[in-house]
Amino acid sequence: MPDGHPAANAPPSSAEDARIEAAVRAVLGSMAGDLSATEAALLAELEGLGRTVARAKQEIARLKVDDITESHIPSATDELDAIVDHTAQATNEILDCCEVLEKVAGRVAKEDAEALQGVTTRIYEACSFQDITGQRIGKVVTALKAIEARVASVTGRFMEGRAPEPEAETEGRRLAEGPQLPGAGVSQADIDRLLADF
Amino acid sequence: MDKNTPVLIVDDYKTMLRIIRNLLKQLDIENVEEATDGQEALNKLRAGNFGLVISDWNMAPMTGLDLLKEVRADTKLKDTPFIMITAESKTENVVAAKAAGVSNYIVKPFNAETLREKIEKVMGNA
Repeated sequence: MPDGHPAANAPPSSAEDARIEAAVRAVLGSMAGDLSATEAALLAELEGLGRTVARAKQEIARLKVDDITESHIPSATDELDAIVDHTAQATNEILDCCEVLEKVAGRVAKEDAEALQGVTTRIYEACSFQDITGQRIGKVVTALKAIEARVASVTGRFMEGRAPEPEAETEGRRLAEGPQLPGAGVSQADIDRLLADF
Repeated sequence: MDKNTPVLIVDDYKTMLRIIRNLLKQLDIENVEEATDGQEALNKLRAGNFGLVISDWNMAPMTGLDLLKEVRADTKLKDTPFIMITAESKTENVVAAKAAGVSNYIVKPFNAETLREKIEKVMGNA
């Protein structure tokens, strides 16, 4: 192989690069004397392959993968976690107010008390949004972390110590997907029919 | 249902536990304890004498479905009424829960009337 060949001179950046270079050297090392037309074509292909590998290395380096795995995705997941925390705080404030209203209901006339209980019930029902939105955001965070792991894996920067321990795959875990998009899940009436048919 | 029956509510969202507790209070059910995942719930169930479990599904490390299976496999706990309240709304979830022995299944978001109706159905209207 010519000394000036990029694949021959570039330091191996991974075990895979080293294997490619070793394969190229082995093929060329087996050639002796003048090259035939076929061997020359093969050499040209190998040189092209070397250039492609070198170019791919440069392109991967320009991706600034560390920015993605060490800054962008952690920052995005932190922002989403903050949304969950803020909505939880706001929901707890609302629940505090409801509990005060219920205490007031115990000191007013029956008709007013019933009206107060009616509205607090509706507020409690509405506050369950925090659980649903929290689960939806959790699904997004999980997706971002999966992307982060794939990116790290592709660029060869994924280290075993950074991989999260997989959870035991029980039926409950396998079927747990969180809230479905509107129209994708079954309704309470459908569920009641399913249970009745069992 | 005897209003003094001890009820265990299980959810990993503290606000959801608070909402369910307050809705139960409106039904005059005030003997309520909480757990934030299946394993903590199982420990409390084995240590206590609960007459009803109301559990979420999607929790870690132990899910609500896995808790239900543990409850049904435990000779002391196997007859405990168990209501699942969850955002898991696929047919296969409902079928799996029923196969595991769930007493009733409520999909989130739910309303107070649905909760009352399912509790009465499971526990009787006394």
